[in-house]
Amino acid sequence: MSATAEARVNGAELIEEVLKAYPEKSAKKRAKHLNVYEEGKSECDVKSNIKSLPGVMTIRGCAYAGSKGVVWGPIKDMIHISHGPVGCGQYSWASRRNYYIGTTGIDTFGTMQFTSDFQEKDIVFGGDKKLEKIIDEIQELFPLNKGITVQSECPIGLIGDDIEAVSKKKSKEYEGKTIVPVRCEGFRGVSQSLGHHIANDAVRDFVFDKTDPDKNKFESTPYDVAIIGDYNIGGDAWSSRILLEEMGLRVIAQWSGDGSIAELENTPKAKLNILHCYRSMNYISRHMEEKYGIPWVEYNFFGPSKIEESLRKIASFFDDTIKEKTEQVIAKYKALTDAVIAKYKPRLQGKKVMLFVGGLRPRHVIGAYEDLGMEVVGTGYEFGHNDDYQRTTHYVKDGTLIYDDVTGYEFEKFVEAVQPDLVGSGIKEKYVFQKMGVPFRQMHSWDYSGPYHGYDGFAIFARDMDMAINNPVWGLTKAPWAKAA
Amino acid sequence: MATLRQIAFYGKGGIGKSTTSQNTLAALAEMGQKILIVGCDPKADSTRLILHAKAQDTVLSLAAEAGSVEDLEIEDVMKIGYRNIRCVESGGPEPGVGCAGRGVITSINFLEENGAYDGVDYVSYDVLGDVVCGGFAMPIRENKAQEIYIVMSGEMMAMYAANNISKGILKYANSGGVRLGGLVCNERQTDKELELAEALAGKLGTKLIHFVPRDNVVQHAELRRMTVLEYAPESKQAEEYRQLATKIHANAGNGTIPTPITMDELEDLLMDFGIMKKEDESLIGKAATAA
Repeated sequence: MSATAEARVNGAELIEEVLKAYPEKSAKKRAKHLNVYEEGKSECDVKSNIKSLPGVMTIRGCAYAGSKGVVWGPIKDMIHISHGPVGCGQYSWASRRNYYIGTTGIDTFGTMQFTSDFQEKDIVFGGDKKLEKIIDEIQELFPLNKGITVQSECPIGLIGDDIEAVSKKKSKEYEGKTIVPVRCEGFRGVSQSLGHHIANDAVRDFVFDKTDPDKNKFESTPYDVAIIGDYNIGGDAWSSRILLEEMGLRVIAQWSGDGSIAELENTPKAKLNILHCYRSMNYISRHMEEKYGIPWVEYNFFGPSKIEESLRKIASFFDDTIKEKTEQVIAKYKALTDAVIAKYKPRLQGKKVMLFVGGLRPRHVIGAYEDLGMEVVGTGYEFGHNDDYQRTTHYVKDGTLIYDDVTGYEFEKFVEAVQPDLVGSGIKEKYVFQKMGVPFRQMHSWDYSGPYHGYDGFAIFARDMDMAINNPVWGLTKAPWAKAA
Repeated sequence: MATLRQIAFYGKGGIGKSTTSQNTLAALAEMGQKILIVGCDPKADSTRLILHAKAQDTVLSLAAEAGSVEDLEIEDVMKIGYRNIRCVESGGPEPGVGCAGRGVITSINFLEENGAYDGVDYVSYDVLGDVVCGGFAMPIRENKAQEIYIVMSGEMMAMYAANNISKGILKYANSGGVRLGGLVCNERQTDKELELAEALAGKLGTKLIHFVPRDNVVQHAELRRMTVLEYAPESKQAEEYRQLATKIHANAGNGTIPTPITMDELEDLLMDFGIMKKEDESLIGKAATAA
């Protein structure tokens, strides 16, 4: 039996073992979300984007998180009101490390928290008047804001606050100011994924459709591209933008890391939309293709192999000048990547990784690990859909464990059995695995590091993985009573 | 002091719940009972006949002015009316905004916490037309009203509403202790009204506690924002309300768990009394001129 065939058998047995802990009905349901990838298949054969089971500890977020936290939050020159009780805004305060340039509180507002702080009387009498007052106060206190969004928390949908009417009224009062009501109540949908979709639709309805193309004086060039679905975590979009500009392209918008409302408005004039996080922004990319005829292409800026492939793919939409420059860019960074690989590959060769991230990285970072000689033996998405799992088949190898919307219990048991050298997931998972003695990196926030995108990012990525895995602390975790033989 | 009796009046909108309940409670007060009325309708018209007022300041409107309910004192919201009946209106948002149900919950909690129930013999909740959400079911939850009186008439929709309210009571009867005290028929002079009301009561596993005949004196009294008991204490109608009050007073602990019926059974009932003709499916949906 080959090594991968053996991994397949072991994986199937492991899944069966883990499912034994559940009641029959739950086991039957969870079984559909777990599988071992079989070489050559175009599907991962797991169910996804389905309601989590009651009683399990899911890692997912909510629709409000998807809209306020992911899509809208990083638009830096707009003010995003968390409309409802204080908790949702308070606990999502200070962003997802979406870096931005600007003077916070003056012309940019990314790390600030604005909330309508609902009290009992606002539930009973409705929050419409309070929302109007908040918008007035924002206008007075932060006159340089370029727009406002109203991010609905759960109670807004329950009591039926008419945020559309308030937004419309205030927009008129403030000379057509962009004020966007977003119906991203947390109880909608099964995860943050629906929040992304709702937020995309709000851009379409309240930014694109309200922008008068004749009044928009933005002058486009034949080389205009927009970065879609890069949230500039730890500066990811910046280290991506460098490469695109060196190729001879002009980046006219960043969606939405370090992005601005003007960039959103100008994007319909792009020649190509390049899409990093497919899950959270494919909706608006498809819309722009249909309405404005802008083609879009998915790319992957994690690790030199995928970067190279992606740069050529993006260049293929443009003329020979761009293609030539692209080759020069690839050649220019060759020395850097060779040095990174020479330094870290010997230290990381053969190390096994298990991932569990949101909607893109469970597949996108695999290439970067492989560039360092590491292998990903298990991966899964918090809120991916079937098309994400289809795309995953291009990344994973035979025998990889696939787990959709993994539960706290399953993840712990999988790691315990597989004994990987590194787990990459989020803050809620971090300490569970570190306490098990397994090295861990946060793959949502880059553990306060980054960027990881682009060639510059790859050097930091390699250093961080080495730092986690080869940290001498792991040799000191033996219990004092467990004497070495 | 006798133990506190908590009762509630439910029924289809416009059936005369507030009128019936205020007249009956006035009669109970006449019998020496100390009464608190809690109006649970955003329209806040449950106490106007007792207070001779158009509408009193509500718990929620005062709370909104003051900042929150914690900033209110019980004296601010409680008014004293005819025969020392204490009156409180929960109030609520204007139609179409906010959450009136949550308002009822907030108000009742406030009243309980601030001792509004101390020293009274009866608390009576007057609730809007139907149990539309959890908030309006608040008065029938555990440790609130023990008996529900459904005000109805011989009209099809009033009976339909009575049956629906019974379903709500049934739900909470199992988890808490609420019971159906009985039906009060407020005469509309429909065909065979008394018989029909009695038959429905039978089907629901309860009794028709009183049949209140129609009398214009009620309207005359209402125009002066008074109960009949106060406006025309010697009238025949005042005597009817006294009878109803006496029956309710004697009805403590006699409530039942209702047995709601299906829509079909309800229609059968109307047919049994000849109000609806034996079904001819071909006539369903046809206008009078077409049939």
